[in-house]
Amino acid sequence: VSEPTAPELPAGSPSPAPQAFAGLGGDWQRLHPLSPLVRAGRGVIAIVVVLLIPLLSSQRGSLSSDLIHIGVLLAVFVFGVISWLVTRWRVEGGVLRVESGLIRRTSERFPLGQIQAIDTVRPGLARVFDLAELRIRVAGGSGRAGRLAYLTAAEAETLRARLLALSHGVAEATPAPPEQALLTVPPGRLLLSILLTGTGLALELTLGGLLVLAILAPGAAAAAISVGAVGLFGLVIGLFRRFNGDYRLTVASAADGLRLRSGLVETSAETIPRGRIQAIRMVEPLAWRPFGWCRLEVDVASQKSKGRQDRNQAKAARALLPVGSRAQAARLVDSVFPGLPDERCAPPARARWKSPLRFRYLSWGANDRYAVTTSGRLRRVTDWVPLAKVQSVRQVEGPVQRRLRLSSIHLDTAGRRVHAVVRDRDRAEAAQLLRELPNRCRQARQVEDRRRVAPARDQDIRDRCR
Amino acid sequence: VSRVAEPAVRGPLRSIVARMIDEDANTGASSWSSPSPRLRVLRRYEVAAGTLASLTLVIAATLAAGATAVAVAGAVAVIAAGALADVVAARRVRAWGYAERADDLLVRRGVMFRRTSVIPYGRMQYVEVTAGPFERAFGLATVQMHTAAAASDARIPGLHAVEAARLRDQLTSLGEAHAMGL
Repeated sequence: VSEPTAPELPAGSPSPAPQAFAGLGGDWQRLHPLSPLVRAGRGVIAIVVVLLIPLLSSQRGSLSSDLIHIGVLLAVFVFGVISWLVTRWRVEGGVLRVESGLIRRTSERFPLGQIQAIDTVRPGLARVFDLAELRIRVAGGSGRAGRLAYLTAAEAETLRARLLALSHGVAEATPAPPEQALLTVPPGRLLLSILLTGTGLALELTLGGLLVLAILAPGAAAAAISVGAVGLFGLVIGLFRRFNGDYRLTVASAADGLRLRSGLVETSAETIPRGRIQAIRMVEPLAWRPFGWCRLEVDVASQKSKGRQDRNQAKAARALLPVGSRAQAARLVDSVFPGLPDERCAPPARARWKSPLRFRYLSWGANDRYAVTTSGRLRRVTDWVPLAKVQSVRQVEGPVQRRLRLSSIHLDTAGRRVHAVVRDRDRAEAAQLLRELPNRCRQARQVEDRRRVAPARDQDIRDRCR
Repeated sequence: VSRVAEPAVRGPLRSIVARMIDEDANTGASSWSSPSPRLRVLRRYEVAAGTLASLTLVIAATLAAGATAVAVAGAVAVIAAGALADVVAARRVRAWGYAERADDLLVRRGVMFRRTSVIPYGRMQYVEVTAGPFERAFGLATVQMHTAAAASDARIPGLHAVEAARLRDQLTSLGEAHAMGL
């Protein structure tokens, strides 16, 4: 372990506080020794337990089967130790380096200056051992994240704060930028809202039907359960996963973006950098209407890539607010996209013939920074798109629309799920939009670029440090 | 497209002219370029090849079953379908068009669903030129523009190979001049 010195420290800054561990000086560090165990997950642990039980129990099998069991256990153990030994990381010259692999060695470099956000993920097993994984997201490029799995929870927290401080060019010992809590989703409300989704209602109807059947004809109910148990179990698992993922979701506003913390078994703390948000969608399902609830989703820029880590990222991008009142949603949207347009205009009355169900929800509005569209058949869907993020504008006119002299305008963004569609407008209006919107988008982009040249947030952080 | 005073045209032409004026007003583009006329020939060959293949199949199958009357009827139906496909293909070829403006590229396409895309040069991540074996035989190529948004990917098929290369270079250099991030 090296001396706790930090060459990256700018001269004249206050000396770092006593350090929990030395690391950023530049020596190679290893992850926590239990990392392979946690990473391997439940499957391997189950196998190990199954193999251990006969070895430890009094009824011994034959010698050869014992030897096989011991051999497999040894192999798993050696494999884990090797994978722990060959994985190491260090911070050196403003770059975080992670090396791993014995036969196929990989070495990844993450320039600290490009770090956009550092997320903390703690699966259930990691929480048992008080471990945490750090996920370092780097701006631009492939959007790939660096993983440090696993460190002890305290170590992870300290390292996160330090890496963020280094990436912002302030003293290493600066605490992580303060955050302002915006809201927490109460578990009861989350549970009720999940039970009122399409899947939830399907499950409840099925269970109700089974109950009735069990009273009327117990034999038939038993048969039905034995046939449909797997499907039913799958439904329950799916609903639980949603509950687990969004449990006690807390949204906080920090200097580097929105911070979301959530989770019942697996907890995670993720940061969504504001600049990466391509669109926000608000969904108001029919079944939630009596409560006046809605869901907010954000869409972030993403390259088409595969892998587990990407899936997790997609999950994080899904719900900004799994369930909340309209006032909460409005406050949250306003904190991400300040200054949204208020005015909306409805489509011409003849659009009713083309979209009879959607018609009552159709509208759109825009100012010089954002566009908003509403649509949806049974549930109302509202999409907000910053004009500076629009990649291209399309006019689409189907055969029915042509008869009615209607046209739709699509605003394409780099997000995956959300893109705003100005549906069923008068053809002349659509034509005018197609002419004007690209110019408006260009102007919005120029304003945004100028804002980025002098980012207020770094200055903000430096001010807080003084 | 020259501007024609609307009331001067009557009959079926009227809607076509109205659409032309409409389109002009639509986009503010005065000069639409279209794919090479050879694309029309290529599409005709493709339709003919398809018709011929299904014709052979239908006649062989019906004659093997020994139904001559059905074979004749089937052949007529296939040829009629081929002729219809040729007309549709012609309209679809005619619908393709693109216009290079100061800051963005316009691409229009489609007969049933008419689409007009506006793609700012600065948003283009890369431009791709592809030419399949049949296109190559006709000296044609397809130019495809990619932006960060999956939905906005636009392509222009059936360009003369020289024009495709010119468009690619033009778009690339304009893209660099206007470059911007996500």
